[in-house]
Amino acid sequence: MDIATIANPIRSSLGRDSAEGSVVVNIGPSHPATHGTVQIVAELDGEKVLRTDVHCGYLHRGFEKECEDHTWHNLIPYVDRLNYVSPLINDFAYCDAVERLMAIEITPRCRYLRTLLSEYSRVVDHLTCVAAALMEMGAMTAFLYLVMVRDYMYEHLAALTGARVTHSYGRIGGLARDLPDGWLVRLEEILVQYEEFVARVHALVDRNRIFIDRLRSVGTITTAEALSLGCTGPLLRSTGAPIDLRKDAPYLAYAELDFDVPVGIQGDNYDRYYVRMREMDESVYMIRQLAQMLPAGPINVDDRRCTFPEKTLVYGQIESLINHFKLVMEGPSVPRGEVYCAHEAPNGELGFYLVSTGGGTPYKVHVRSPSFVHMGAASRMLDGGQLADIVPTFGSINMIGGECDR
Amino acid sequence: MAANDLGTLQRELVPAAGPASVSHGTIVLVLAPGELATTARRLRDEFGFDILLDVTAVDWPNDELRFEVVHHFYSTAHRVRVRLKTRVGAAEPVVDSLGALYGSAAYMERECHDMYGIGFRGNRDLRPILLYEGFEGHPLRKDYPKLREQPLVAYREG
Repeated sequence: MDIATIANPIRSSLGRDSAEGSVVVNIGPSHPATHGTVQIVAELDGEKVLRTDVHCGYLHRGFEKECEDHTWHNLIPYVDRLNYVSPLINDFAYCDAVERLMAIEITPRCRYLRTLLSEYSRVVDHLTCVAAALMEMGAMTAFLYLVMVRDYMYEHLAALTGARVTHSYGRIGGLARDLPDGWLVRLEEILVQYEEFVARVHALVDRNRIFIDRLRSVGTITTAEALSLGCTGPLLRSTGAPIDLRKDAPYLAYAELDFDVPVGIQGDNYDRYYVRMREMDESVYMIRQLAQMLPAGPINVDDRRCTFPEKTLVYGQIESLINHFKLVMEGPSVPRGEVYCAHEAPNGELGFYLVSTGGGTPYKVHVRSPSFVHMGAASRMLDGGQLADIVPTFGSINMIGGECDR
Repeated sequence: MAANDLGTLQRELVPAAGPASVSHGTIVLVLAPGELATTARRLRDEFGFDILLDVTAVDWPNDELRFEVVHHFYSTAHRVRVRLKTRVGAAEPVVDSLGALYGSAAYMERECHDMYGIGFRGNRDLRPILLYEGFEGHPLRKDYPKLREQPLVAYREG
């Protein structure tokens, strides 16, 4: 069916001036084979993709507008819902940005715990991405292996944070609560399981003729193109460029850790698969180092501007009661200023640009989301390929709607 | 590291780039709108800022020049970020597009156009990206009420 006869919420840049004999088809916004709500208008010559027009925004919910109407604390559950596969990294990046504005130095235990949980979240995110991408090509066994391990991790995070996915665990100046008893013991058990099942997936996929044919030299992008298009994270590293904020501008405890930055060879779908698999191994290596390094001590800074007083004091002391009341009603007092703070999220550079005019509510919150920028680069990877390759290529970009559309 | 780069940047780009400072590890340059494209080109070609990270704006409704258009750049070689800020008025909120310099500009400028109504001279594809055809107004402007309801969009053929 030609696009002109379908009521369409977007005005495609293709459609009218199509080349002779080509067909324009609409893929999405809700397509069973893509994970993520995105609309790809593709001009096809037979099975060959001539041009694409990638549209996002179907999950836009006014995140940045809403942020201007709530206290700095109240935004933590919102930032969870950006990249909802690894919400802890969003929490920590946002809290880090606010802490920079307030000139707060978090406690050592909090710093190591945040690093550990960031890497744990990265494993969860990559497991989801690789599992879904393989499943879309029919690898149900590999999908179930990876998602099973992911579910152990989600339940393990639920034991810590109280929620399976939207953890809301970060706090300005610290964390919601300390580790429960036995959490690190269970962590090691899960990491052993991870190793077993990821080894099985390597055995199933890495040298599998079908996967190599589907993935090798498909959706290729060069380093220069990736840089120009603003790509970061595994997408940029798959082209062979070892660019990683954890190495280049170490934050949290990354400067003290031993790890490698895996890179690909030619920036195709196979490299993106392999870079993610190797990054998970590095993350597990870092988690084990961090579990040994974790110091004792408090997890929250002792700063009345942002940290809530102990519940027993709130009920027993008028000063603490006022402090608690003012933190809830007015929010933490963040001095006037602006900051851009970026963390290496599983998909690339996740940046928070905050503007404060002083007081408990932000003036502006802007998220530099890797998914949105990568959607701008998607056409480059899809054009000239095959129709059937749109799904694996899109899967390897790992667009997360919550973060892309905000 | 940042201090050295700031010195070089200030020497090379001021007065064209106006005052420079370092804010939380990011070099901040304040420019006149006409200097944006030339400064961005020099940042890319002479100083190695190879990634345009982000394009957004800040709305200051009480100021004469109401919109502050903010660009963030990153240099993978020097591992430094630069923020360019330029002010435009509400009557003609237009700056030059950086689409000719960076491939990432096209998409991000569309978002900024959606949210603030900033025009980007030279970017011919400013169709809505996060919003939809027929959305009235620019939601991140401070005078856009949070609870405003949008008109229903008529059924459209093609």
